[in-house]
Amino acid sequence: MNVLPVGDDALLVEVASGREAEALHAELTRRRAEGSLAVREIVPAARTVLLDGVADPDRLARELTAAQVPPTPPREARAVEIPVRYDGPDLADVAARWGVAREEVARIHAGTEFRVAFCGFAPGFGYLTGLPSRYEVPRRDTPRTAVPAGSVSLAGPYTGVYPRASPGGWQVIGTTDAVLWDPERVPAALLSPGTRVRFVPRRDGGRP
Amino acid sequence: MTGRALVVVRAGALTTVQDRGRPGHAHLGVPRSGALDTPSAALVNRLVGNPVEAAVLETTLDGCALRPRCPVTVAVGGAPCRVRVDGRPAAWGAPVDVPAGSLVEVGTAERGVRAYVAVSGGVRVEPVLGSRSTDLLSGLGPPPLADGTVLPLGRPGVPFARVDVAPQPGPPAELVLRVVPGPRADWFTPGALRTFVTGAYRVSAASNRVGLRVEGPALGRSRPGELASEGMVLGAVQVPPDGLPVVFLADHPTTGGYPVIGVVRAADLPAAAQAVPGTPVRFVTVRRRPGTTRA
Repeated sequence: MNVLPVGDDALLVEVASGREAEALHAELTRRRAEGSLAVREIVPAARTVLLDGVADPDRLARELTAAQVPPTPPREARAVEIPVRYDGPDLADVAARWGVAREEVARIHAGTEFRVAFCGFAPGFGYLTGLPSRYEVPRRDTPRTAVPAGSVSLAGPYTGVYPRASPGGWQVIGTTDAVLWDPERVPAALLSPGTRVRFVPRRDGGRP
Repeated sequence: MTGRALVVVRAGALTTVQDRGRPGHAHLGVPRSGALDTPSAALVNRLVGNPVEAAVLETTLDGCALRPRCPVTVAVGGAPCRVRVDGRPAAWGAPVDVPAGSLVEVGTAERGVRAYVAVSGGVRVEPVLGSRSTDLLSGLGPPPLADGTVLPLGRPGVPFARVDVAPQPGPPAELVLRVVPGPRADWFTPGALRTFVTGAYRVSAASNRVGLRVEGPALGRSRPGELASEGMVLGAVQVPPDGLPVVFLADHPTTGGYPVIGVVRAADLPAAAQAVPGTPVRFVTVRRRPGTTRA
């Protein structure tokens, strides 16, 4: 674990893998909940966890450098099911890259248990891990200027669902009517770091 | 709401509602947002008897015009500008009593970029995640004001001290930004690290609430490849592939994939928010404050 100072009151903790970052985030969140860690923001990302608004960053840096982090994140009780129509415009391309039929993409994707590694890009956009590395796909060569809300998509090791229409370069394999982000709702975000996620194939994508 | 409201007669180039933002949700991808020049926003609130966290209006360069439907006290601060009530000159940087139905005009900034307008009772639009701030990156909070927008106002407090005028720092002729190096200074060549603190930079017209952009010498990297996305802080100086530093302001993204060469001290960011395009910028490296205990 490598602890890098960030400005006057933040620390960036760098670990060896995404899995370790998830475990570290879970551990730090637990410590904050029990009152032994005073920090304004805990922001997990691909290989790091950012701690922002730290009262005594030097002391915390020393503590973290000496600490042991559990090798795997705890399995959260909460699981979210997201209904999906596997009908995305990039489904055929993804099937070709995976070397399988289109129906098989849906079967593999829906048969995977995902976990929200971190959020970013837009409120409520989660980077979900769980697919084996042989199913990694690159971003599209030309990003789309408008990807509709609810697009279930792939890029690198991640699956993500667009919370609202926005430009984007991920490969869209399906569509959901699930509401990923609603500021009127508590909690506003359907997915937060650590949440377990399953995609459930539906011909109608869960439309009520 | 008992008729306490403010009608936007002229919204100006970009006028938004701002308070102290919504920190604490970065792990969900929610930017902190909030007024860019926080001391000015706090000062105008105090001048009209509001708590410092009340929502104010943040204008951009060309001011705005407002018509309250009830008697209010207004204070304008931040960027110096002309203030008129029903066409008559009124004080800038001081509380001004405005009768119901009168027209309050906040003029073009004579220096600086953003004027702050506090109205007694504060702007009381519906909060989103605990804040009334407009977040231009993610679209949270009320949309930027448009001509004809009606803003509800809260109940006024009692000004604890009426003052005639309050001193405010002028917008900077040269913007000096103190930078704590890292966390990714090692992604740059030694030459780039020197250029960063010696180069002649100027504020770019492409600056906005997301970031202060600069023009000047590009900073070269010492290593190829991409940085995996990582969490970003307010004041982070991110260097995208074009090599030109961007200083992250309140609406910055919560994660980013370009290396951060250093982080600007929070105390220097209000001046960054008031630096007009073309203002010379100097980055000065400072050491991280040891053992700080800031809230």
